[in-house]
Amino acid sequence: MKITLTVNDAAYPLDVEPRRVLADALRDDCGLTGTHLGCEQGVCGACTVLVDGEAVRSCLMLAVQCDGVPIRTVEGLAGADGEPHPLQRAFSAERGLQCGFCTPGFLMLAAGALEHDPALGEEEVAALVGSNLCRCTGYEPIRRAITRAARDHQNGQFHDRRQ
Amino acid sequence: MKPAAFDYLAPHTVAEAVDALGAGAQVLAGGQSLLLEMHLQRARPAVVADINHVPGLDALTVADGTLTVGALVRHRTFGSPGAVPGPLGDLFGRAVGYIAHPPIRARGTMVGSLAWAHPASEWCALAVALDAVVEVRSTRGTREIPAGDYFRGPFQTAREPDELLTAVRYPLLGPDTGVAFTEHRRTGFSFAQVAVGAALTVRDGVIAGARIGLANCADRPLRAHAAERAVVGAGPSPLLFAAAGEAAAAHDAAPVPEPYADVDYRRHVIAVLVARTLREATPV
Ligand SMILES: Cc1cc2nc3c(=O)[nH]c(=O)nc-3n(C[C@H](O)[C@H](O)[C@H](O)COP(=O)(O)OP(=O)(O)OC[C@H]3O[C@@H](n4cnc5c(N)ncnc54)[C@H](O)[C@@H]3O)c2cc1C
Ligand code: FES
Ligand code: FES
Repeated sequence: MKITLTVNDAAYPLDVEPRRVLADALRDDCGLTGTHLGCEQGVCGACTVLVDGEAVRSCLMLAVQCDGVPIRTVEGLAGADGEPHPLQRAFSAERGLQCGFCTPGFLMLAAGALEHDPALGEEEVAALVGSNLCRCTGYEPIRRAITRAARDHQNGQFHDRRQ
Repeated sequence: MKPAAFDYLAPHTVAEAVDALGAGAQVLAGGQSLLLEMHLQRARPAVVADINHVPGLDALTVADGTLTVGALVRHRTFGSPGAVPGPLGDLFGRAVGYIAHPPIRARGTMVGSLAWAHPASEWCALAVALDAVVEVRSTRGTREIPAGDYFRGPFQTAREPDELLTAVRYPLLGPDTGVAFTEHRRTGFSFAQVAVGAALTVRDGVIAGARIGLANCADRPLRAHAAERAVVGAGPSPLLFAAAGEAAAAHDAAPVPEPYADVDYRRHVIAVLVARTLREATPV
């Protein structure tokens, strides 16, 4: 089927089989390998991306379902000049990653949540972090990083250059 | 693994969707169960009918004391305070937090859960406890199935393969009704080992009505009739609720052994959770 994926504001005209899941289309057809695949069963969250502003599992959506729908991946977080997104700075400052395999998923999970509710409280962040798996950090630094980004956001220090 | 090849249809009306099912298509709703089954190739539909473009199926309406939930109402909707009025909304709000986690809840649907009929599903247990009615449509017409007759076993329902579940209806709960939902599970996003939902109506210090739903306590969702009989007509008390818990574990439940939770353990958990849920549901 002929579809156009709109990823980070760029158009990718593709010819895909219906069975192609969004994660594979992003990685193999668009060449955007920042989105990772762990379990392909919705459990690990490494594949989390924003579809129409909503953090979802890209392993549990078909690419053909996303024809013409705005998609945002980890590649779209940093500014055009390469300046890291406030969430990326917070993950770095709080040591929110070790091997980094889970990081794109956590970043997009948090980006989606912050866009919905910039006043994300500590309890909401703790519940949110339970959505994805990390085998390295023990979650605490990830929780701190998202909380820091949320706080910066509320203090007006959150300059998302893409907005 | 990757899903096996299939043809993709995106119907734009209920009639088109029903025609697709009549021709052998399988429904794709939230995809949060179907797509993972397709990854594992336990599900290999030849044709998939994606109902996400059918207008109107996302409606959530209240009329004449009845809540109607359309086939595209996502789990997450029930987490917004006030989405459903009164104690029924409160009960759904308590239950939804136990279903997977936010990204899954953003896509998965209540009606999809009823279609999938996982024995541990929170929505399925509440549907039988609350006397829900599911509405199914095929090229032969529309019929309604009471939840009590609908669930037939693990992943088995009274829905024919060519029938589209269009909606599920629930009677609203009255203001003198208290609700609670409890769940025991291994990790924050595991399926329930045991889950219990309850609605208790108390008038003049006497329990006038009780609805107790059990998830993962048998091969299908259950209404705990023996436990309900144990409490109706009596005054709420810890002793009474403990007896109801024992009744549920001994007479209502028929747990099947699972890894990490054998039958004796599950019966024990059922007794504890039923008593706890009733206590929390008692209106103050
Ligand atoms: C990591 C993870 C954790 C989860 N944890 C839980 C949990 O704790 N509790 C829980 O209850 N669920 C859980 N789920 C399952 C989730 O709730 C699903 O959303 C739900 O089971 C199915 O809803 P869906 O809309 O995604 O349906 P789909 O996945 O689209 O469909 C499921 C099945 O139902 C059929 N179907 C769907 N809608 C209709 C319809 N309208 N008419 C006819 N047939 C239809 C499909 O053909 C398919 O066979 C979890 C899923 C994942 C991935
Ligand atoms: S790869 Fe999608 S959730 Fe694990
Ligand atoms: S940093 Fe290694 S899995 Fe999270």
